[in-house]
Amino acid sequence: MADISSNFLGIKSPNPYWLASAPPTDKKINVLRAFEAGWGGVVWKTLGTQVKNVSSRYSAVDYHGSRVMGFNNIELISDRPLHINLREIREVLKEFPDRAMIVSLMADNSRESWQELIKQVEDTGAHGLELNFGCPHGMTERGMGAAVGQDPEIARMVVEWVMEAATIPVITKLTPNVHSVVPAGKACVEAGTNALSLINTIQSVTGVDLDTLVPNPNVAGKSAFGGYCGPAVKPIALKMLTTIAQNPITRQVPVSGIGGISTWKDAVEFMLLGASNVQVCTAAMKHGFRIIEDLCEGLNNWMDEKGFSTLDDFIGKSVPTLTNWEDLDINYHIVANINQDKCIHCGLCYIACEDTSHQSINLAYGKPYNTYSIKEEECVGCNLCKLVCPVEDCITMVEQRKGPEYLNWKEYQRLGLPLNDH
Amino acid sequence: MPITNNKLTFSEYQENFSDIHPPFETVEGASVEANRCLFCYDAPCMKSCPTSIDVPKFIKQITTDNIKGSAHTIFSANIMGGGCSKVCPVEKLCEGACVYNLLEEKPISIARLQRYSTDQAIEQKWQLFKRKPFTGKKVAVVGAGPAGLSCAHVLSREGVDITVYEKEQKGGGLMTYGIAAYKVTPEFCEEEVDYITSLGGIEILYGRELGKDISLVELQNQYDAVFLAIGVGLTRELGIKGEKLEGVEDAISFIYNLRTNPYNNIQVGDKVVVIGMGMTAIDAATQAKRLGAKEVTLVYRRTQDEMPCTEAELNIAKLDGCKIIWLAAPKKILGKHGKVSGLMCDVMQLGAPDTSGRRSPESTGETFTLEVDMIIKATGQLPFEKLVSYNELQNRNGKITIDENGITNWAKVFAGGDCVNGGKEVVDAVQAGKDAAKGILNLIMKTD
Repeated sequence: MADISSNFLGIKSPNPYWLASAPPTDKKINVLRAFEAGWGGVVWKTLGTQVKNVSSRYSAVDYHGSRVMGFNNIELISDRPLHINLREIREVLKEFPDRAMIVSLMADNSRESWQELIKQVEDTGAHGLELNFGCPHGMTERGMGAAVGQDPEIARMVVEWVMEAATIPVITKLTPNVHSVVPAGKACVEAGTNALSLINTIQSVTGVDLDTLVPNPNVAGKSAFGGYCGPAVKPIALKMLTTIAQNPITRQVPVSGIGGISTWKDAVEFMLLGASNVQVCTAAMKHGFRIIEDLCEGLNNWMDEKGFSTLDDFIGKSVPTLTNWEDLDINYHIVANINQDKCIHCGLCYIACEDTSHQSINLAYGKPYNTYSIKEEECVGCNLCKLVCPVEDCITMVEQRKGPEYLNWKEYQRLGLPLNDH
Repeated sequence: MPITNNKLTFSEYQENFSDIHPPFETVEGASVEANRCLFCYDAPCMKSCPTSIDVPKFIKQITTDNIKGSAHTIFSANIMGGGCSKVCPVEKLCEGACVYNLLEEKPISIARLQRYSTDQAIEQKWQLFKRKPFTGKKVAVVGAGPAGLSCAHVLSREGVDITVYEKEQKGGGLMTYGIAAYKVTPEFCEEEVDYITSLGGIEILYGRELGKDISLVELQNQYDAVFLAIGVGLTRELGIKGEKLEGVEDAISFIYNLRTNPYNNIQVGDKVVVIGMGMTAIDAATQAKRLGAKEVTLVYRRTQDEMPCTEAELNIAKLDGCKIIWLAAPKKILGKHGKVSGLMCDVMQLGAPDTSGRRSPESTGETFTLEVDMIIKATGQLPFEKLVSYNELQNRNGKITIDENGITNWAKVFAGGDCVNGGKEVVDAVQAGKDAAKGILNLIMKTD
């Protein structure tokens, strides 16, 4: 059995799964249930000056009959009194001393407010702090949340205030509502943050109700931009995570990965691209805390199969494989192959290729079943047919190199090699 | 008395003749199933539908909450798409061709989804088609069955006025009079006919029979074209001794009575034998059982491999408790006091394949006798040979001959459906009606 225990800045947890700062972590009763279910840690829902929330608060994007492919909220930071939150944090720490307890913070925009809040939280015995520089709604209008995270210089300033006071590890959570997360990430690292976490939610409108014509979620006939998360945002989060893992400054600190993680596979992907641990929210909000079981078991089995005994054996392992387009090998060429024994004649590969790609699939009429085959000389190896094929391993991509040597685009141009003539 | 009516209570009749294929009750049920559909290109299901309904499209439209669009997709290919969703032998048509079968997975419930959209359209009387302006052309259709109504609907959409002559008191043809009531209820059949005619331009004259109330010459003279969709008649004679005894009934008449009278008025025996193994045989056997017969036995001279009904139909009969005797050919009907008392059968075996490739049954010389009080013959329907010959319509054994445009040997007179093919599925008749409409339009809209 692999060891899936995690050590993030010295904060230990039995597994790398923390519940992200959000409704699931906003009070003792939830957090106790999460720990009983087996979660490795929590980031307590953001504390700051008490706010008031509206109703309704969430909306979702469904896809192809599945609910909540993407999830959106307009909820603010904790709307409970600070002293109750602090007391409950203390109580949970006493009951579950082996789990990670991180507290998310968003103080008013002054040194005093941040430092006072940090002191109060540290008194609870919490293991770490997470600075909420990412909340995209409600708080930005007050000069907090994403308003801080979007401006590297403001972020740097706030991190400096925090680092003057903090005696426990500080994680800074980045907003994705920027063209690149790197400038703010760099500023925070330079200002001394011990770690980064990303991504926070992405500003969104999930949809418009076609009866009322009001976007979701509907609050008395009006709506507001919300924060988007869930499986739909995972690819965006992975890209942003990779840029942090590749930058020489930001990669000096550990990263807690967030953004649409629903399964152990998602978690592994985040870790392969540089996350030391991961935070989960939407999947738990959809299914409850019980998903932690498969998150752990699946990770463990995969590590055993791959021969990884600890998380550190694979964290960041895929980062070097993400390179610049100009460095990709143009001589590498693959063509599709359809396994006729597996083909169910649905024609999805054919119509996708014929209408939208490279007209590389041949249709031989049959009643009721057509036969489809690849025109190898036309196939550019784009993967589209394989992606739309509903049968596992029916379409495979077979390597047929154009030349034995590595050849990239820059070199190709330099040599004056020919471009397509049709 | 063995043959009696009123064998069951009112609620038992209700239960036995209620809809056998429950629809999707909820949006969620339909949505889950519709989302399983792969949206195949040049889809095998569509190619296996005689009317070529664009199945992937109408299912996709269910997933996008475009139920009106879905119903329109179905009805533009098959105006009886509602009835067909209940009576089609889908396991040998669309669902049988679904690519999921090749993955050893359950095929998409195409019929049930089709019903989901069409039921809503019919119940809510959605007007999905608009007639083109009147062309001044008039066409007579003989027979308000699937072929006739389908032809009428296409023509009316094109701005042709249609008069349908129907000998019965209701439209729908076989759908209304010849199919098990638990597949399509009488109420549904009526609603379906009303829905089709609600387009306008289609007038059905009931109780008007060709050869009795109207003549072909008259129609030919009065209309720009005529479409004969007269279907087929009663079951063929067995040609064995005892066929005239009381208690020997024709499956078509049996089902006709059942569809036109209250269930408790229909007489049925205690020990019933049904001869044949087609869809009509199954419909007769299961309904005899559902009317309260104690024992129902189907006898068939070949084996399960050769039976014309589908596996699903056979299973309905088996679940209803009907017995099946394979390789048994009726030899003689026995009687007492003018009433049926037994059926003697030859025990058959399969010999060499005949011209159709099916192995023909031959007698082994052995016989057995079943004690019965009612025999229902369901060995295939015969064309209206007399009517056809009397009108000097070119035919083969009573089946009207048409050319590639659908025209008979009479000028301007078209024919299609069961009266041409000898008896196929409802869906085939609908297509025949569409084909005839195309031929008629080519003829009457020809610009000189």
